Amino acid sequence: MTIICRCEDVSLEEIRRLISEGYTSIDEIKRLCRAGMGPCQGRTCRHLIAQEIARMTGKTLAEVELPTFRPPTRPVKLGVVAGGEGDA
Amino acid sequence: MERVISVRHTDVLVIGGGPAGLNAAMAAVDCGAEVTLVDSADRLGGQLVKQTHKFFGSKREHAGTRGIEIAATLAEKVGSHPRIRTMLRSEALGYYPDGVVALEQDEKWIKIKPKRLVVATGASEKFLAFPNNDLPGIYGAGAVQTLMNVYGVVPGKRVVMVGAGNIGLIVSYQLRQAGVEVAAVVEAMPQIGGYAVHASKIRRLGIPILVSHSVKEAIGREQLEKVVVWKLDQNWQGIPGTEIEFEADVLCLAVGLSPTVDLLWQAGCRMAYVPELGGHVPWYDENQRTSVETIYVAGDAAGVEEASSAMLTGRIAGLSAAMSLGLGGDGAAQLEVARKELAALRAGPAGEKIRAGLAKLRGSGVVAC
Repeated sequence: MTIICRCEDVSLEEIRRLISEGYTSIDEIKRLCRAGMGPCQGRTCRHLIAQEIARMTGKTLAEVELPTFRPPTRPVKLGVVAGGEGDA
Repeated sequence: MERVISVRHTDVLVIGGGPAGLNAAMAAVDCGAEVTLVDSADRLGGQLVKQTHKFFGSKREHAGTRGIEIAATLAEKVGSHPRIRTMLRSEALGYYPDGVVALEQDEKWIKIKPKRLVVATGASEKFLAFPNNDLPGIYGAGAVQTLMNVYGVVPGKRVVMVGAGNIGLIVSYQLRQAGVEVAAVVEAMPQIGGYAVHASKIRRLGIPILVSHSVKEAIGREQLEKVVVWKLDQNWQGIPGTEIEFEADVLCLAVGLSPTVDLLWQAGCRMAYVPELGGHVPWYDENQRTSVETIYVAGDAAGVEEASSAMLTGRIAGLSAAMSLGLGGDGAAQLEVARKELAALRAGPAGEKIRAGLAKLRGSGVVAC
């Protein structure tokens, strides 16, 4: 098996299946199979998924729509955010 | 009891304590700024600490010195400076529309609102898709360098290296120095990307460098046992019948880096896709300032290059950030010197790719995102 997203264990086969079903943006693929939602937040797989979309749709890499980037850049415990820093 | 979620203030916040960030912090503090430097690791130096080889370039950028020694010198200066607050084990996790940067340190959520921000977050390694690419024994070159040069552990007995850029060549040499056999260096491009001096060292050791070749598949049950490579045609497709099989317990991938620019996306910086710079990078001017006036970018986050240039773009960013706050003294003169040094560093044939990338970034051909 060829792994694309190591954090969420998503294979190349699965990514290709989604693209062939018409899901041709990284965000759509992410929502359907969780690729890019693990600890590294897509730093490793984003590029590989973009390449696969480009290959299968005939787009250039520059044309492949990227996901929206929102904080936090890494998973963080809710308690940490809620707890804040206290008095600094 | 009511919880107070306070916001810290600083003149210049530098994210990343590698060669770019350390130099940005020093340059800004020397101009009179009060600086906060954050890094996710538990020590300063970034990737420099893995670099046990001597640097090229100009004396001012520590030519002739090993990366790890440069890191030690810079980290000592920055870490002991009374006007630089160094925060280790601190990962910057978000940039919010009000200019607040959120980070986590020791399970605490800390908010900092800087007057100027320098993003020197470096780059992350690219990965390859091939069958069985999740077998134990398959590493990124950065991981192999960390294992060997930081922890003194060899990754295995026999390695196939993918990538004949400088990282692939240097790590191959370091593997040999550590007594590990290198079966071959495989490169997808039709030519070697790294410096000839590094490639010659590898060839003199009898290690073949196969250009226009890539990994077809990894083979192994519990862990990597064999690597099959094949020749690529001009469309980067493998040619059946050209397979070569190597017995190896380690496959090391040195196939390039992508700038780590998540925070710049969040900040709404204008971004562009420039393959020569490693992928998506922010637009920035000659002072390393992005399209968001208060945000600067330096080092590999501004385009994958090397440590010597990261030190210079860091210095330029630090100086510019401090000067934009009305600080500086002789900052303008220093800025001029740093820009000239950077231009000289990029002037040779090795700087061709970065020059092309920057021309694209600044020129009209850029598709803004």
